[in-house]
Amino acid sequence: MNDARVVLFFNNFYLYRMKASFDFEQPLVDLEEQLEKLKQVADKSKVNVSATIRELEEKLEHTRKEIYSNLNGWQKVQLSRHPGRPYTLDYISMLCDDFIELHGDRTVKDDKAIVGGLGSVGGQTVMFIGHQKGKNTKERQYRNFGMANPEGYRKALRLMKLAEKFNKPVVTFIDTPGAYPGLEAEERGQGEAIARNLLEMSVLKVPILCFIVGEGASGGALGIGIGDRVYMLEYTWYSVISPESCSSILWRTWDYKEKAAEVLKLTAEDMLSNKLIDGVIPEPLGGAHHDPQAMASAIRSKILSDLKILGRKAPAKLVQERIDKFCAMGVVNEPAS
Amino acid sequence: MSWFKRVKEGITTKTEEKKETPDGIWEKCPSCKKVLHLSEQLENQYVCVYCGYQLRIGSKEYFEILFDNNEFTELYPDLTSADPLNFEDTKKYTDRLAEGTRKTGLKDAIRSAHGRLHGHDLVIACMDFSFIGGSMGSVVGEKIARSIDYCIEHRIPFMIISKSGGARMMEAAFSLMQMAKTSAKLALLAEQKIPYISLLTDPTTGGVTASYAMLGDINIAEPGAMIGFAGPRVIKETIKKDLPKGFQSAEFVLEHGFLDFIVDRREMKEKLASFLRMMAS
Repeated sequence: MNDARVVLFFNNFYLYRMKASFDFEQPLVDLEEQLEKLKQVADKSKVNVSATIRELEEKLEHTRKEIYSNLNGWQKVQLSRHPGRPYTLDYISMLCDDFIELHGDRTVKDDKAIVGGLGSVGGQTVMFIGHQKGKNTKERQYRNFGMANPEGYRKALRLMKLAEKFNKPVVTFIDTPGAYPGLEAEERGQGEAIARNLLEMSVLKVPILCFIVGEGASGGALGIGIGDRVYMLEYTWYSVISPESCSSILWRTWDYKEKAAEVLKLTAEDMLSNKLIDGVIPEPLGGAHHDPQAMASAIRSKILSDLKILGRKAPAKLVQERIDKFCAMGVVNEPAS
Repeated sequence: MSWFKRVKEGITTKTEEKKETPDGIWEKCPSCKKVLHLSEQLENQYVCVYCGYQLRIGSKEYFEILFDNNEFTELYPDLTSADPLNFEDTKKYTDRLAEGTRKTGLKDAIRSAHGRLHGHDLVIACMDFSFIGGSMGSVVGEKIARSIDYCIEHRIPFMIISKSGGARMMEAAFSLMQMAKTSAKLALLAEQKIPYISLLTDPTTGGVTASYAMLGDINIAEPGAMIGFAGPRVIKETIKKDLPKGFQSAEFVLEHGFLDFIVDRREMKEKLASFLRMMAS
């Protein structure tokens, strides 16, 4: 299925993203270099520069705070795709004392772009499901860049039904550039697979928590995104289309991706103020990849506190509230009758 | 020497004697390129008399074809799109909406109505492709959601006629969430054991395919309709191969098991009536 050229295209795409720092992080890189040089000088000559070093460190800290608290939409999109960010299996291993991965949709095959299984968090058994991206070229190819085929969504549904049967809550991690737009995906009903998940998740009788931990692109994200609580990490995005594709459709060129990121209002902050998600989880300064453990522990406390509240609700009430929440989304004009 | 010689030079008909054909009387069939008269189209349920091509039509025509005596009550006709994101690309979203209404006389890309089909009560929500590509925004989602509530309250079977390019980009994540909303409501309709028929017409793609269009108790389509999740251009660019002939046609989707049957527009009303009859008795 993976034509060599496709792989090459995506690899180049990822290599471009692989740059350790983004343009907007350049001042930090410069300061860090300066600091490094100064430290070397201090080691060699015995001149006392500790005051200057301290000053530089303070400046670095200050600049860092300033840069990361003033990111625009496109910059957050870039951060959400940082190759160093933790992915689903990283979070699972940081959160769980024990984890058993479960495979396959029982119909076609095991999709590697969506993973799932039973994990134990603070003594509580949880069904984890999430998109999985790869850390290097080979892994990325193996994971199909986090783009699931229909069998991925059907595996997710199978695991949710399993969780429902044994009354275990479901936690999903969303991080996908979209559902895979391939020939076989169409043959096996990509649309039907996602649609079925939307319907089944909205009436699943156990609590569902969803975390957007990277990219939340359209139906591919929503296909495992119907939850009682939906959270976005601070530097992630969630919308109906990626800024690049939006730009190419509306402006007929990729050059307006920054503008598209702006107008789509796809950041966690915007999504919360439009009441399309339930909360934003702050990330460590500079992004989740700067301190994965701290990120995981923030997610862990969210899971535990939410499950405590949701676990007390009767299944019928839980489902009704979930449906009501999604049905309230949308803005229309209606003349007063 | 040429075998044909022009006797008079240039166009000799005087301007005032020029005859104009009124607009909308004749239409060329996009498939066989033969010219069809409006009366022929009307008589033949907007199917080409020469090649059987199902012309692209809107809610007005579908209601006319399916509802007895073209009698129906339109539901929630006054809902219109807001602009929650103040969206502007090369044009303002509000301008696009105004232009859509001016061109088509429609308020948004869907109309819903309660009528009778061979005596059976039925609510039909029908999409209009002519309004911003039949894109699904808050109005489409809200009308479908309320129509389902109406069907549950009155215990009437529900039908959606899909014809859409997918989600409406100008409402971004709001339109994405309409997929969730309509699917959730359909789950409630299913719990009430009220039949839901999904008719997929040319074209049905993107977020519409990935939500209500694929969730029917029966999914049916018109012959030759283009049905898919991803657009053919995107797929072609991704796999870097030419797509097989007939890829994403209704016949292809039927063959792969996602449709119950394909029905010609001229036999649709009869077939729907027998389905409704069997479900009711």
